[in-house]
Amino acid sequence: MVRTYALLAWTWTRAAAAYPVSFALMVVFGFALAAVDVGVILVVFANTTSLAGFTRPEVLFLYGAANIAFSSVDMCVGNIDRISQHIKAGTFDAFLIRPASTWVQTTVDRFTPTRIGRVLQAVIVLGVAMAELDVPWQRVWMVPVMIATAMVIFASLWTLAGALQFVVTDAPEVCNAFTYGGGQLSQYPFSVYGRDLVRGVTYVVPLAFINWQPGLYVLGRDDPFGTPGFLRFAGPLAALLLALLAALAWRQGVRRYRSTGS
Amino acid sequence: MIELDRAGRSFKVKRALVHAVRDLSFRVEPGEFVGYLGPNGAGKSTTIKMLCGILTPTSGRVRVAGLDPSRRRTTLARRIGVVFGQRTTLWWDLPLKDSFELIRLLYKVDRKVFRERLDELVETLDLAEFLRTPVRQLSLGQRMRGDLTAALLHAPDVLVLDEPTIGLDVISKNSIRAFLLRVNAERGTTVLLTTHDLGDIERLCRRVMVIDHGRLAFDGSLEQLMATSPEETIEEVVTRLYTRAGQ
Repeated sequence: MVRTYALLAWTWTRAAAAYPVSFALMVVFGFALAAVDVGVILVVFANTTSLAGFTRPEVLFLYGAANIAFSSVDMCVGNIDRISQHIKAGTFDAFLIRPASTWVQTTVDRFTPTRIGRVLQAVIVLGVAMAELDVPWQRVWMVPVMIATAMVIFASLWTLAGALQFVVTDAPEVCNAFTYGGGQLSQYPFSVYGRDLVRGVTYVVPLAFINWQPGLYVLGRDDPFGTPGFLRFAGPLAALLLALLAALAWRQGVRRYRSTGS
Repeated sequence: MIELDRAGRSFKVKRALVHAVRDLSFRVEPGEFVGYLGPNGAGKSTTIKMLCGILTPTSGRVRVAGLDPSRRRTTLARRIGVVFGQRTTLWWDLPLKDSFELIRLLYKVDRKVFRERLDELVETLDLAEFLRTPVRQLSLGQRMRGDLTAALLHAPDVLVLDEPTIGLDVISKNSIRAFLLRVNAERGTTVLLTTHDLGDIERLCRRVMVIDHGRLAFDGSLEQLMATSPEETIEEVVTRLYTRAGQ
Protein backbone atom coordinates (compact mmCIF):
# COMPACT_ATOMS: atom_id res chain seq x y z
CA MET A 1 0.00 0.00 0.00
CA VAL A 2 2.76 2.42 0.96
CA ARG A 3 4.75 1.39 -2.10
CA THR A 4 1.79 1.93 -4.43
CA TYR A 5 1.12 5.30 -2.85
CA ALA A 6 4.72 6.41 -3.18
CA LEU A 7 4.95 5.31 -6.81
CA LEU A 8 1.73 7.06 -7.79
CA ALA A 9 2.65 10.18 -5.85
CA TRP A 10 5.99 10.31 -7.62
CA THR A 11 4.33 10.10 -11.04
CA TRP A 12 1.98 12.97 -10.18
CA THR A 13 4.86 15.00 -8.78
CA ARG A 14 6.77 14.59 -12.02
CA ALA A 15 3.69 15.68 -13.93
CA ALA A 16 3.36 18.78 -11.71
CA ALA A 17 7.07 19.52 -12.11
CA ALA A 18 6.39 20.09 -15.81
CA TYR A 19 5.20 23.56 -14.70
CA PRO A 20 8.05 24.61 -12.37
CA VAL A 21 7.01 28.24 -11.91
CA SER A 22 3.47 27.44 -10.86
CA PHE A 23 4.85 24.73 -8.62
CA ALA A 24 7.24 27.10 -6.83
CA LEU A 25 4.56 29.79 -6.48
CA MET A 26 2.15 27.31 -4.89
CA VAL A 27 4.76 26.28 -2.32
CA VAL A 28 5.54 29.91 -1.47
CA PHE A 29 1.86 30.90 -1.28
CA GLY A 30 1.11 27.94 0.97
CA PHE A 31 3.90 28.98 3.26
CA ALA A 32 2.80 32.62 3.31
CA LEU A 33 -0.86 31.81 3.84
CA ALA A 34 -0.03 29.58 6.80
CA ALA A 35 2.18 32.34 8.21
CA VAL A 36 -0.94 34.51 8.52
CA ASP A 37 -2.36 32.04 11.06
CA VAL A 38 0.76 32.41 13.17
CA GLY A 39 0.57 36.16 12.67
CA VAL A 40 -2.88 36.12 14.29
CA ILE A 41 -1.54 34.25 17.31
CA LEU A 42 1.35 36.68 17.63
CA VAL A 43 -1.00 39.67 17.41
CA VAL A 44 -3.10 38.21 20.23
CA PHE A 45 -0.01 37.82 22.38
CA ALA A 46 1.15 41.34 21.62
CA ASN A 47 -1.83 42.43 23.76
CA THR A 48 -1.80 39.80 26.45
CA THR A 49 0.65 37.39 28.06
CA SER A 50 -1.71 34.48 28.34
CA LEU A 51 -4.54 33.02 26.29
CA ALA A 52 -7.00 30.98 28.36
CA GLY A 53 -4.14 30.20 30.74
CA PHE A 54 -1.53 29.39 28.11
CA THR A 55 1.62 31.33 27.28
CA ARG A 56 2.74 32.25 23.79
CA PRO A 57 5.26 29.42 23.29
CA GLU A 58 2.71 26.94 24.65
CA VAL A 59 0.06 28.05 22.19
CA LEU A 60 2.60 27.98 19.37
CA PHE A 61 3.60 24.49 20.44
CA LEU A 62 -0.03 23.27 20.23
CA TYR A 63 -0.48 25.09 16.93
CA GLY A 64 2.72 23.67 15.40
CA ALA A 65 2.08 20.08 16.44
CA ALA A 66 -1.50 20.10 15.16
CA ASN A 67 -0.55 21.79 11.91
CA ILE A 68 2.29 19.47 11.01
CA ALA A 69 -0.23 16.65 11.16
CA PHE A 70 -3.08 18.58 9.54
CA SER A 71 -1.05 19.96 6.63
CA SER A 72 0.72 16.73 5.81
CA VAL A 73 -2.53 14.76 5.92
CA ASP A 74 -4.24 17.48 3.88
CA MET A 75 -1.49 17.04 1.29
CA CYS A 76 -1.45 13.24 1.27
CA VAL A 77 -5.06 12.24 1.99
CA GLY A 78 -7.08 15.45 1.50
CA ASN A 79 -7.72 14.73 -2.19
CA ILE A 80 -10.17 12.11 -0.99
CA ASP A 81 -12.77 14.88 -0.85
CA ARG A 82 -12.82 14.81 -4.66
CA ILE A 83 -14.57 11.46 -4.30
CA SER A 84 -18.01 12.99 -4.74
CA GLN A 85 -17.01 14.15 -8.23
CA HIS A 86 -15.67 10.70 -9.03
CA ILE A 87 -18.89 9.13 -7.83
CA LYS A 88 -21.15 11.53 -9.70
CA ALA A 89 -19.17 11.25 -12.95
CA GLY A 90 -18.75 7.50 -12.57
CA THR A 91 -14.97 7.83 -12.90
CA PHE A 92 -14.60 5.83 -9.71
CA ASP A 93 -15.00 2.84 -12.06
CA ALA A 94 -11.45 3.37 -13.23
CA PHE A 95 -10.13 2.91 -9.68
CA LEU A 96 -12.09 -0.28 -9.23
CA ILE A 97 -10.60 -2.06 -12.22
CA ARG A 98 -7.02 -1.56 -10.98
CA PRO A 99 -5.26 -4.05 -8.70
CA ALA A 100 -4.72 -1.54 -5.93
CA SER A 101 -6.63 -0.25 -2.94
CA THR A 102 -9.34 2.21 -3.92
CA TRP A 103 -8.41 4.28 -0.88
CA VAL A 104 -4.82 4.67 -2.02
CA GLN A 105 -5.87 5.49 -5.56
CA THR A 106 -8.40 8.08 -4.41
CA THR A 107 -6.12 9.79 -1.91
CA VAL A 108 -3.14 9.98 -4.26
CA ASP A 109 -5.17 11.09 -7.29
CA ARG A 110 -3.66 14.35 -8.56
CA PHE A 111 -1.22 14.45 -5.69
CA THR A 112 0.79 17.65 -5.57
CA PRO A 113 3.56 18.24 -3.06
CA THR A 114 2.95 22.00 -3.16
CA ARG A 115 1.36 21.98 0.28
CA ILE A 116 4.77 21.07 1.65
CA GLY A 117 5.12 24.83 2.28
CA ARG A 118 2.47 24.62 5.00
CA VAL A 119 4.07 21.59 6.58
CA LEU A 120 7.44 23.31 6.60
CA GLN A 121 5.96 26.38 8.25
CA ALA A 122 4.39 24.23 10.98
CA VAL A 123 7.70 22.43 11.58
CA ILE A 124 9.45 25.76 12.05
CA VAL A 125 6.78 27.01 14.47
CA LEU A 126 6.99 23.81 16.50
CA GLY A 127 10.80 23.98 16.53
CA VAL A 128 10.82 27.60 17.77
CA ALA A 129 8.17 26.85 20.41
CA MET A 130 10.03 23.78 21.66
CA ALA A 131 13.26 25.74 21.92
CA GLU A 132 11.54 28.39 24.02
CA LEU A 133 9.65 25.91 26.19
CA ASP A 134 12.54 23.77 27.31
CA VAL A 135 10.42 20.63 27.71
CA PRO A 136 12.12 18.11 30.05
CA TRP A 137 13.59 15.28 28.01
CA GLN A 138 11.53 12.62 29.87
CA ARG A 139 8.40 14.01 28.25
CA VAL A 140 9.74 14.80 24.79
CA TRP A 141 8.91 11.27 23.51
CA MET A 142 5.26 12.25 23.53
CA VAL A 143 5.82 14.84 20.78
CA PRO A 144 6.35 12.40 17.88
CA VAL A 145 3.65 10.13 19.35
CA MET A 146 1.11 12.95 19.38
CA ILE A 147 1.95 14.03 15.85
CA ALA A 148 1.57 10.47 14.56
CA THR A 149 -1.68 10.11 16.49
CA ALA A 150 -2.95 13.36 15.05
CA MET A 151 -2.10 12.22 11.52
CA VAL A 152 -4.09 9.03 11.99
CA ILE A 153 -7.03 10.99 13.40
CA PHE A 154 -7.06 13.50 10.54
CA ALA A 155 -6.64 10.78 7.91
CA SER A 156 -9.51 8.83 9.49
CA LEU A 157 -11.75 11.89 9.55
CA TRP A 158 -11.07 12.54 5.88
CA THR A 159 -11.74 8.90 5.07
CA LEU A 160 -15.00 8.91 7.02
CA ALA A 161 -16.03 12.05 5.19
CA GLY A 162 -15.13 10.37 1.91
CA ALA A 163 -17.05 7.22 2.77
CA LEU A 164 -20.09 9.35 3.58
CA GLN A 165 -20.06 10.67 0.00
CA PHE A 166 -21.11 7.26 -1.25
CA VAL A 167 -24.37 7.73 0.66
CA VAL A 168 -24.95 11.46 0.28
CA THR A 169 -23.12 12.60 -2.84
CA ASP A 170 -24.23 16.19 -2.41
CA ALA A 171 -22.70 17.01 0.92
CA PRO A 172 -18.94 17.47 0.66
CA GLU A 173 -19.30 20.75 2.59
CA VAL A 174 -20.75 19.00 5.62
CA CYS A 175 -17.70 16.80 5.66
CA ASN A 176 -15.32 19.74 5.45
CA ALA A 177 -16.78 20.93 8.75
CA PHE A 178 -15.12 17.98 10.41
CA THR A 179 -11.85 17.87 8.50
CA TYR A 180 -10.96 21.53 8.03
CA GLY A 181 -13.02 22.42 11.09
CA GLY A 182 -10.99 19.98 13.15
CA GLY A 183 -7.81 21.49 11.80
CA GLN A 184 -8.91 25.01 12.72
CA LEU A 185 -10.21 23.98 16.12
CA SER A 186 -6.96 22.41 17.25
CA GLN A 187 -4.95 25.53 16.45
CA TYR A 188 -5.82 26.94 19.88
CA PRO A 189 -5.74 25.48 23.38
CA PHE A 190 -9.10 23.87 24.04
CA SER A 191 -9.53 25.94 27.19
CA VAL A 192 -10.69 28.83 24.98
CA TYR A 193 -13.76 26.79 24.02
CA GLY A 194 -16.91 25.95 25.94
CA ARG A 195 -17.05 22.88 28.17
CA ASP A 196 -19.73 21.08 26.12
CA LEU A 197 -17.85 21.53 22.87
CA VAL A 198 -14.68 20.16 24.43
CA ARG A 199 -16.59 17.23 25.87
CA GLY A 200 -17.97 16.50 22.41
CA VAL A 201 -14.60 16.60 20.71
CA THR A 202 -13.11 14.40 23.44
CA TYR A 203 -15.66 11.62 23.67
CA VAL A 204 -17.56 11.76 20.39
CA VAL A 205 -15.20 12.95 17.66
CA PRO A 206 -11.77 12.46 19.25
CA LEU A 207 -10.32 15.80 18.16
CA ALA A 208 -9.01 16.42 21.67
CA PHE A 209 -6.34 13.78 21.12
CA ILE A 210 -4.83 15.63 18.18
CA ASN A 211 -2.80 17.96 20.36
CA TRP A 212 -4.81 18.98 23.43
CA GLN A 213 -4.65 15.92 25.68
CA PRO A 214 -1.10 14.75 24.81
CA GLY A 215 -0.02 18.41 24.65
CA LEU A 216 -1.09 18.90 28.26
CA TYR A 217 1.27 16.07 29.22
CA VAL A 218 4.18 17.51 27.24
CA LEU A 219 3.60 20.93 28.79
CA GLY A 220 3.26 19.37 32.26
CA ARG A 221 -0.17 20.85 32.92
CA ASP A 222 -3.44 19.73 34.43
CA ASP A 223 -6.54 19.87 32.31
CA PRO A 224 -8.51 23.01 33.13
CA PHE A 225 -11.64 20.92 32.44
CA GLY A 226 -10.52 18.32 35.00
CA THR A 227 -10.56 15.23 32.76
CA PRO A 228 -8.86 12.13 34.23
CA GLY A 229 -5.08 11.87 33.73
CA PHE A 230 -5.07 8.64 31.73
CA LEU A 231 -6.70 10.50 28.83
CA ARG A 232 -3.33 12.17 28.15
CA PHE A 233 -2.12 8.79 26.91
CA ALA A 234 -5.36 7.55 25.33
CA GLY A 235 -4.64 9.24 21.99
CA PRO A 236 -3.17 6.26 20.09
CA LEU A 237 -6.05 4.04 21.19
CA ALA A 238 -8.66 6.61 20.17
CA ALA A 239 -6.88 7.08 16.85
CA LEU A 240 -6.80 3.33 16.25
CA LEU A 241 -10.52 2.97 16.95
CA LEU A 242 -11.32 5.86 14.66
CA ALA A 243 -9.11 4.40 11.93
CA LEU A 244 -10.89 1.04 12.18
CA LEU A 245 -14.24 2.76 11.95
CA ALA A 246 -13.04 4.72 8.93
CA ALA A 247 -11.73 1.60 7.18
CA LEU A 248 -15.01 -0.18 7.76
CA ALA A 249 -17.02 2.79 6.51
CA TRP A 250 -14.88 3.08 3.38
CA ARG A 251 -15.38 -0.61 2.59
CA GLN A 252 -19.11 -0.31 3.00
CA GLY A 253 -19.13 2.83 0.89
CA VAL A 254 -17.33 1.12 -1.98
CA ARG A 255 -19.74 -1.81 -1.85
CA ARG A 256 -22.62 0.64 -2.10
CA TYR A 257 -21.13 2.32 -5.14
CA ARG A 258 -23.67 2.31 -7.97
CA SER A 259 -21.59 3.55 -10.86
CA THR A 260 -23.43 5.50 -13.58
CA GLY A 261 -25.31 4.60 -16.75
CA SER A 262 -23.64 2.82 -19.69
CA MET B 1 -13.65 -18.45 -17.59
CA ILE B 2 -16.82 -16.46 -16.90
CA GLU B 3 -19.68 -17.96 -14.98
CA LEU B 4 -22.94 -16.35 -13.89
CA ASP B 5 -25.47 -18.26 -11.86
CA ARG B 6 -28.81 -16.52 -11.39
CA ALA B 7 -26.95 -13.28 -10.94
CA GLY B 8 -28.96 -10.15 -10.35
CA ARG B 9 -28.42 -6.51 -9.58
CA SER B 10 -31.16 -4.17 -8.50
CA PHE B 11 -31.08 -0.48 -7.69
CA LYS B 12 -33.30 1.52 -5.43
CA VAL B 13 -34.65 4.41 -7.45
CA LYS B 14 -36.96 6.67 -5.46
CA ARG B 15 -37.96 3.82 -3.15
CA ALA B 16 -38.88 1.53 -6.03
CA LEU B 17 -36.68 -1.47 -6.76
CA VAL B 18 -35.42 -1.54 -10.34
CA HIS B 19 -33.87 -4.78 -11.57
CA ALA B 20 -31.11 -3.92 -14.03
CA VAL B 21 -30.17 -7.58 -14.30
CA ARG B 22 -32.17 -10.48 -12.92
CA ASP B 23 -31.59 -14.21 -12.78
CA LEU B 24 -28.90 -14.10 -15.41
CA SER B 25 -27.03 -17.35 -16.01
CA PHE B 26 -24.39 -18.12 -18.65
CA ARG B 27 -20.91 -19.55 -19.05
CA VAL B 28 -18.07 -18.43 -21.27
CA GLU B 29 -15.26 -20.93 -21.84
CA PRO B 30 -11.57 -19.96 -22.17
CA GLY B 31 -10.66 -18.71 -25.64
CA GLU B 32 -14.21 -17.84 -26.70
CA PHE B 33 -15.08 -14.61 -28.48
CA VAL B 34 -18.56 -13.60 -27.39
CA GLY B 35 -20.73 -10.71 -28.50
CA TYR B 36 -23.14 -9.39 -25.89
CA LEU B 37 -26.09 -7.61 -27.44
CA GLY B 38 -29.15 -5.87 -26.16
CA PRO B 39 -31.15 -2.66 -26.54
CA ASN B 40 -30.25 0.40 -24.49
CA GLY B 41 -30.90 -0.13 -20.81
CA ALA B 42 -31.10 -3.91 -21.17
CA GLY B 43 -28.43 -4.52 -18.54
CA LYS B 44 -25.29 -4.98 -20.64
CA SER B 45 -23.13 -2.48 -18.80
CA THR B 46 -24.44 -3.66 -15.45
CA THR B 47 -23.35 -7.19 -16.33
CA ILE B 48 -19.91 -5.98 -17.42
CA LYS B 49 -19.55 -4.00 -14.20
CA MET B 50 -20.42 -7.05 -12.13
CA LEU B 51 -17.79 -9.04 -14.04
CA CYS B 52 -14.98 -6.68 -13.17
CA GLY B 53 -16.01 -6.02 -9.58
CA ILE B 54 -17.28 -2.45 -9.99
CA LEU B 55 -20.80 -3.42 -8.94
CA THR B 56 -21.59 -5.96 -6.26
CA PRO B 57 -24.39 -8.29 -7.38
CA THR B 58 -27.48 -8.14 -5.16
CA SER B 59 -28.32 -11.77 -5.81
CA GLY B 60 -26.84 -14.92 -7.33
CA ARG B 61 -23.27 -15.82 -8.07
CA VAL B 62 -20.63 -14.37 -10.38
CA ARG B 63 -17.25 -15.99 -11.09
CA VAL B 64 -14.53 -14.73 -13.38
CA ALA B 65 -11.34 -16.80 -13.68
CA GLY B 66 -12.68 -18.71 -10.68
CA LEU B 67 -12.83 -15.57 -8.51
CA ASP B 68 -15.72 -13.66 -6.95
CA PRO B 69 -15.19 -10.22 -8.56
CA SER B 70 -16.56 -8.07 -5.75
CA ARG B 71 -14.66 -9.86 -2.98
CA ARG B 72 -11.42 -10.64 -4.82
CA ARG B 73 -11.37 -7.47 -6.87
CA THR B 74 -7.63 -6.75 -6.76
CA THR B 75 -6.60 -10.34 -7.47
CA LEU B 76 -9.01 -10.48 -10.37
CA ALA B 77 -7.80 -7.14 -11.71
CA ARG B 78 -4.47 -8.73 -12.62
CA ARG B 79 -6.22 -11.32 -14.78
CA ILE B 80 -8.86 -9.20 -16.47
CA GLY B 81 -8.58 -6.31 -18.90
CA VAL B 82 -11.46 -3.84 -19.09
CA VAL B 83 -12.25 -1.19 -21.69
CA PHE B 84 -15.15 1.23 -21.54
CA GLY B 85 -15.82 2.84 -24.88
CA GLN B 86 -17.78 5.70 -23.34
CA ARG B 87 -15.23 6.62 -20.74
CA THR B 88 -11.50 6.31 -20.46
CA THR B 89 -9.85 4.53 -17.55
CA LEU B 90 -6.61 6.37 -18.28
CA TRP B 91 -5.40 9.35 -16.29
CA TRP B 92 -6.95 12.37 -17.96
CA ASP B 93 -4.13 14.85 -17.33
CA LEU B 94 -1.16 12.58 -17.84
CA PRO B 95 0.57 11.83 -21.14
CA LEU B 96 -0.34 8.41 -22.51
CA LYS B 97 3.20 7.20 -21.79
CA ASP B 98 2.87 8.10 -18.09
CA SER B 99 -0.50 6.35 -17.89
CA PHE B 100 1.14 3.18 -19.17
CA GLU B 101 3.99 3.57 -16.71
CA LEU B 102 1.44 3.89 -13.87
CA ILE B 103 -0.19 0.71 -15.08
CA ARG B 104 3.16 -1.07 -15.09
CA LEU B 105 3.64 -0.04 -11.46
CA LEU B 106 0.10 -0.89 -10.37
CA TYR B 107 0.09 -4.31 -12.02
CA LYS B 108 3.72 -4.96 -11.02
CA VAL B 109 4.71 -5.94 -14.55
CA ASP B 110 8.41 -6.69 -14.93
CA ARG B 111 10.18 -3.79 -16.67
CA LYS B 112 11.63 -5.87 -19.47
CA VAL B 113 8.43 -7.79 -20.19
CA PHE B 114 6.53 -4.49 -20.11
CA ARG B 115 8.93 -2.89 -22.60
CA GLU B 116 8.43 -5.75 -25.05
CA ARG B 117 4.64 -5.75 -24.74
CA LEU B 118 4.39 -2.00 -25.03
CA ASP B 119 6.65 -1.92 -28.11
CA GLU B 120 4.50 -4.56 -29.74
CA LEU B 121 1.24 -2.78 -28.90
CA VAL B 122 2.60 0.61 -29.96
CA GLU B 123 3.50 -0.86 -33.30
CA THR B 124 0.29 -2.81 -33.98
CA LEU B 125 -2.00 -0.04 -32.77
CA ASP B 126 0.17 2.74 -34.21
CA LEU B 127 0.50 4.80 -31.03
CA ALA B 128 4.00 6.20 -31.49
CA GLU B 129 3.03 9.70 -32.61
CA PHE B 130 0.82 10.54 -29.62
CA LEU B 131 2.55 8.73 -26.75
CA ARG B 132 3.55 12.07 -25.20
CA THR B 133 0.15 13.70 -25.58
CA PRO B 134 -2.03 14.09 -22.46
CA VAL B 135 -5.03 11.78 -22.63
CA ARG B 136 -7.53 14.67 -22.63
CA GLN B 137 -6.08 15.94 -25.93
CA LEU B 138 -6.37 12.63 -27.78
CA SER B 139 -8.99 12.04 -30.47
CA LEU B 140 -11.57 9.37 -29.74
CA GLY B 141 -9.85 6.83 -31.97
CA GLN B 142 -6.46 7.51 -30.44
CA ARG B 143 -7.88 7.33 -26.94
CA MET B 144 -9.58 4.05 -27.64
CA ARG B 145 -6.34 2.55 -28.90
CA GLY B 146 -4.65 3.86 -25.77
CA ASP B 147 -7.33 2.30 -23.59
CA LEU B 148 -6.97 -1.03 -25.40
CA THR B 149 -3.22 -0.97 -24.87
CA ALA B 150 -3.71 -0.17 -21.19
CA ALA B 151 -6.08 -3.12 -20.83
CA LEU B 152 -3.58 -5.55 -22.37
CA LEU B 153 -0.26 -4.48 -20.84
CA HIS B 154 -0.63 -6.99 -18.03
CA ALA B 155 -1.52 -9.81 -20.46
CA PRO B 156 -4.96 -10.63 -18.99
CA ASP B 157 -6.71 -13.97 -19.53
CA VAL B 158 -10.05 -12.24 -20.08
CA LEU B 159 -10.76 -9.05 -21.97
CA VAL B 160 -14.08 -7.34 -21.36
CA LEU B 161 -15.06 -4.51 -23.67
CA ASP B 162 -18.08 -2.24 -23.26
CA GLU B 163 -18.82 -0.68 -26.65
CA PRO B 164 -15.20 -0.46 -27.80
CA THR B 165 -16.07 0.81 -31.29
CA ILE B 166 -18.60 3.48 -30.32
CA GLY B 167 -18.15 6.68 -32.28
CA LEU B 168 -15.17 5.45 -34.28
CA ASP B 169 -14.69 5.96 -38.02
CA VAL B 170 -14.55 3.00 -40.42
CA ILE B 171 -10.76 2.82 -40.49
CA SER B 172 -10.32 2.95 -36.72
CA LYS B 173 -13.08 0.38 -36.32
CA ASN B 174 -11.41 -1.97 -38.73
CA SER B 175 -8.01 -1.68 -37.13
CA ILE B 176 -9.47 -2.32 -33.68
CA ARG B 177 -11.46 -5.31 -34.93
CA ALA B 178 -8.41 -6.83 -36.62
CA PHE B 179 -6.42 -6.29 -33.46
CA LEU B 180 -9.03 -7.96 -31.23
CA LEU B 181 -9.17 -10.99 -33.52
CA ARG B 182 -5.42 -11.26 -33.34
CA VAL B 183 -5.32 -11.06 -29.55
CA ASN B 184 -7.97 -13.75 -29.32
CA ALA B 185 -6.26 -16.02 -31.86
CA GLU B 186 -2.65 -15.58 -30.83
CA ARG B 187 -2.90 -15.34 -27.08
CA GLY B 188 -6.08 -17.31 -26.58
CA THR B 189 -7.51 -14.38 -24.60
CA THR B 190 -11.20 -14.81 -23.84
CA VAL B 191 -13.11 -11.80 -25.16
CA LEU B 192 -16.56 -10.56 -24.22
CA LEU B 193 -17.77 -7.41 -25.89
CA THR B 194 -20.94 -5.38 -25.93
CA THR B 195 -21.81 -3.31 -28.95
CA HIS B 196 -24.56 -1.66 -30.91
CA ASP B 197 -22.56 -2.06 -34.10
CA LEU B 198 -23.69 -5.27 -35.72
CA GLY B 199 -20.63 -5.17 -37.97
CA ASP B 200 -18.62 -5.97 -34.84
CA ILE B 201 -20.74 -9.06 -34.32
CA GLU B 202 -20.50 -10.24 -37.92
CA ARG B 203 -16.77 -9.70 -38.14
CA LEU B 204 -15.74 -10.88 -34.68
CA CYS B 205 -18.08 -13.02 -32.67
CA ARG B 206 -18.49 -16.76 -32.99
CA ARG B 207 -21.06 -16.68 -30.24
CA VAL B 208 -23.79 -14.13 -29.57
CA MET B 209 -25.80 -13.52 -26.43
CA VAL B 210 -28.76 -11.17 -26.39
CA ILE B 211 -29.97 -9.68 -23.15
CA ASP B 212 -33.24 -7.87 -22.64
CA HIS B 213 -34.87 -6.51 -19.51
CA GLY B 214 -32.05 -8.06 -17.53
CA ARG B 215 -32.61 -11.58 -18.86
CA LEU B 216 -30.99 -13.67 -21.56
CA ALA B 217 -33.16 -13.67 -24.69
CA PHE B 218 -30.79 -15.57 -26.98
CA ASP B 219 -27.54 -17.50 -26.67
CA GLY B 220 -25.95 -19.31 -29.62
CA SER B 221 -23.75 -19.03 -32.69
CA LEU B 222 -24.13 -16.31 -35.31
CA GLU B 223 -25.68 -18.88 -37.69
CA GLN B 224 -28.23 -19.91 -35.10
CA LEU B 225 -29.05 -16.25 -34.51
CA MET B 226 -29.67 -15.74 -38.21
CA ALA B 227 -31.88 -18.85 -38.29
CA THR B 228 -34.22 -17.49 -35.60
CA SER B 229 -36.20 -15.51 -38.18
CA PRO B 230 -36.76 -15.42 -41.93
CA GLU B 231 -35.11 -12.02 -42.39
CA GLU B 232 -32.01 -11.64 -44.49
CA THR B 233 -29.70 -9.18 -42.77
CA ILE B 234 -28.41 -9.22 -39.21
CA GLU B 235 -29.99 -5.78 -38.62
CA GLU B 236 -33.42 -7.16 -39.36
CA VAL B 237 -32.89 -10.30 -37.30
CA VAL B 238 -31.73 -8.32 -34.29
CA THR B 239 -34.51 -5.75 -34.70
CA ARG B 240 -37.05 -8.56 -34.62
CA LEU B 241 -35.39 -10.13 -31.62
CA TYR B 242 -35.36 -6.82 -29.71
CA THR B 243 -39.02 -6.08 -30.51
CA ARG B 244 -40.14 -9.57 -29.64
CA ALA B 245 -38.23 -9.54 -26.39
CA GLY B 246 -39.70 -6.16 -25.60
CA GLN B 247 -43.27 -7.43 -25.72
